[in-house]
Amino acid sequence: MSAADATGWETVIGLEVHCQLATAEKLFCGCPNRFGQPPNLDTCPICLGLPGVLPVLNRQAVDFALAVGAALGCTAHPQSVFARKHYFYPDLPKGYQITQYDRPLLTGGAVPVDAEDGSVRAVPLTRIHLEEDAGKSTHDATDATLVDLNRAGVPLIEIVGEPALRTPEEAGDYLRALRAIVRYLGVSDGNMDEGSFRCDANVSVRRRGATTLGTRTEIKNLNTFKGVQRAIAYEAARHVDLLEAGQSVTQETRLWDDAAGRTRGMRGKEEAHDYRYFPEPDLPVVELSAAELRAAAEGLPELPAARRARFVDALELTPYDAGVLTAERALADYFEAALAAHPSNAKGVCNWITSELLARVPAGDIATGPVAPVDLGRLVALIDDETISGRIAKQVFDHMLAGEGAPDAIIEARGLRQVTDTAAIEAACRAIIAEHPDQLAQFREGKTRVKGFFVGQVMKATRGKANPQQVNALLDRLLAEDASDP
Amino acid sequence: MSGPLCEAREALVRGERTSVELTRACLARIEATDERINAWLHVDAAGALAQAAEIDARRARGEHLGPLAGVPVGLKDIFLTRDLPTTCGSRILEGYRPPYDATVVARLRAAGAVILGKQNMDAFAMGSSNENSAFGAVHNPWGLDRTPGGSSGGSAAAVAAGHCLGALGTDTGGSIRQPAALCGVVGLKPTYGRVSRFGVIAFASSLDQPGPLARTVRDVAALFEACAGPDPHDATSADVPLPVGLEAMPRDADLAGVRLGVPAEYFGEGLEPGVAAATQAALDRLRALGAELVDVHLPHARYGVAAYYLVATAEASSNLARFDGVRYGQRRPGADLAAMYGATRDAGFGLEVKRRIMLGTYALSAGYYDAYYRKASQARTLVRRDFDDALDTVDAIVTPVSPTTAFRLGERVDDPLAMYLADVFTIGCNLAGLPGLSVPCGFDEAGLPVGLQLIGRAFDEATLLRVAASYEDATGWCGRRPALCEEAP
Ligand SMILES: [Zn+2]
Repeated sequence: MSAADATGWETVIGLEVHCQLATAEKLFCGCPNRFGQPPNLDTCPICLGLPGVLPVLNRQAVDFALAVGAALGCTAHPQSVFARKHYFYPDLPKGYQITQYDRPLLTGGAVPVDAEDGSVRAVPLTRIHLEEDAGKSTHDATDATLVDLNRAGVPLIEIVGEPALRTPEEAGDYLRALRAIVRYLGVSDGNMDEGSFRCDANVSVRRRGATTLGTRTEIKNLNTFKGVQRAIAYEAARHVDLLEAGQSVTQETRLWDDAAGRTRGMRGKEEAHDYRYFPEPDLPVVELSAAELRAAAEGLPELPAARRARFVDALELTPYDAGVLTAERALADYFEAALAAHPSNAKGVCNWITSELLARVPAGDIATGPVAPVDLGRLVALIDDETISGRIAKQVFDHMLAGEGAPDAIIEARGLRQVTDTAAIEAACRAIIAEHPDQLAQFREGKTRVKGFFVGQVMKATRGKANPQQVNALLDRLLAEDASDP
Repeated sequence: MSGPLCEAREALVRGERTSVELTRACLARIEATDERINAWLHVDAAGALAQAAEIDARRARGEHLGPLAGVPVGLKDIFLTRDLPTTCGSRILEGYRPPYDATVVARLRAAGAVILGKQNMDAFAMGSSNENSAFGAVHNPWGLDRTPGGSSGGSAAAVAAGHCLGALGTDTGGSIRQPAALCGVVGLKPTYGRVSRFGVIAFASSLDQPGPLARTVRDVAALFEACAGPDPHDATSADVPLPVGLEAMPRDADLAGVRLGVPAEYFGEGLEPGVAAATQAALDRLRALGAELVDVHLPHARYGVAAYYLVATAEASSNLARFDGVRYGQRRPGADLAAMYGATRDAGFGLEVKRRIMLGTYALSAGYYDAYYRKASQARTLVRRDFDDALDTVDAIVTPVSPTTAFRLGERVDDPLAMYLADVFTIGCNLAGLPGLSVPCGFDEAGLPVGLQLIGRAFDEATLLRVAASYEDATGWCGRRPALCEEAP
């Protein structure tokens, strides 16, 4: 519960998300669109804003944006218009950004966000438009500003949400849902660290029950999901404090300082922009063909919300587990591939992925990691048919992580098959009891906890291969026998 | 008449001349007279001679050569040329050498043209007299105390003075046609989208269009064919088939069946008597050639100048934002970033450029956009509709190019409004995106050339060229040369 809630105030939040599209090339030139190159390597006269250059629209970016629109139920406009947004900054080579203004590609739609009670809330969107990213400025120790234009001209979609979110947590859920969707669609890596998924938050507060919006502030420089939530909570509390002290909130843009845990106002000069939008004369109106619109709708993969619901309904996973598995498309794909190898135990396969695999392999590496999904499914099957015990399975799994391949081969090679031969286990139990008369005596004096000692010794003697249930049952019988048979 | 460019091309093909000879002759004429004319900002004598020698060598080996092989031409300094200085007539780009060729420059090179160098112009193509060049005004070969017109004044003057056989200019509101008229040469502003703008420094993106200037209509047609056509680097270029062999138009063709519209709005007040008389005589001659002259109306023409100066300055204020001293061109130091921008742009831009940036910035400002830019765009639609309606009934429209002949240098520098009115007859074409051609149609009492304008349907440059060629064949105005050309080089 945020500070605002506690005091009878309601927080109203609207998020603007900038999401880089993972197209092969930049939005208006043929430069590669990739991260992590040496400064200014991926540039050309066009994205450097040299004299005389003209933009040519990369239709793949349009297709990617249309896929997002189709996934979120937006209206795609058959005609949309690029516009120029002007401001001077060294990392903006042309002195204007090519964006969309009064005629965006997509309007309406909603992001399905899971509430904690398992229900799904559709958070409405205002619009989604296409635009180019700016470059990056860094300020070095000598007070010089270094400009890297590799990012200049990378395609972005700006996803503008309605002010329909009410808590910092809900804002976080919204962002995670949106990020999962763009990743599912394969149109963005949604990587907040590398800046391919960025967020500005508009925050205002009002008395609970009020119908008009309070004065809002816009928070920028939000670089983590956690930061977004903290910044919103901080800002809402700041508004409440101001209003309760009889002061008013100034409409302004504020920067989040994550280290200090507070927002601060930007200096007036940084903020006072008249962007002087006008239609970009170098680009014709963007016309969408019926075929493009159809392709966007038909190309949609199963989205996280639908997949999660299917995992709960058809596979009887808990909503929590289904949520974990579907957070990333690669993980959900992995799960389904593993399940295909052992379709009768979805819960078991899920548990092995969420508690064992994810503990050892980062989620992002699972698809390319040492454990193939079919092998993980097989491992669970081998536990279920009692070929190995759960404990041995963990040993086998270690070998799989070490790249030793399929579980059957590992079990054969290392002689790990579970011993289920009752006679053999009984012989082992009798031998252990005979070797430990002191412990037997303690057991007979009523210290039944000593049974655990015997179980451990038997498992040790069988190098873990004995079926633990059988060992337990046999020890119960043998220890009782001995007691009644002086 | 055929024209010096077409004749030179034939002489080269027949082996009667070499490209090196032609290039040397051009360089000699530049050497002899350009100190007085100032048409060139950069002459690449060594480069041009090397290109010419290579073409001659390839011809000697019997290689297949392009349609302009060995023909020396000039380029307005607005076209980017790889490794050749490109200033756009402004201090802010002094010393700038682009890393790439404009599409049209690449096409000229592919056609075998020899690039002599870069021609003087009003800075950023803003001006009608060439007095806004940071590198000194151009002087009209027909009267050295006169303007050559602008902004492609260096190109028109160079062609008139015989410095080159043809040139490429750009036309945003008349910048090819008006200097062509004032210098007694032919100039074509093609349909918007016909010639690529990639690599052409932008003034007003929705109005700019590159086009050729040359001594005769057929010479212009040959250059036009070599550089027109769609370009994947220019999203506003159009893929409309281009008629070929335009320069081979039959001689002395009559104009029977051709309907030419005469708009009263272009023949009113402000037209100098010499211009009015020459234009009227041209209309009579066109009728005598068989054309039918029809009255047409362009009722919104009077909003053209206002709409033009809002749209053009708004786009210019945006296009010139990139000249910030950060990546190229001249940079002036400043205490902070804003001061650096201010100092750089203050030192780099001339007065007229600053005036237009301020006008355009104002027109796009919050709270003024609707009253200025949006209103101007609406007026532009009305102007375009006027032309479309008129051209539904006629094949082309005939008007004067400029209300006056070449005025004296310095005469209008303190009166920007009077200067802006020099474009009153030419800006309609740009607002409507239509092709316009200026062809010499006589001289005033002072012996200064007068131009006749033909405006055609979109992508119908062929009709303009055909009508103008017939007129030119019948009159021979193109054969007259300024006295300066008679001097031995
Ligand atoms: Zn690029």
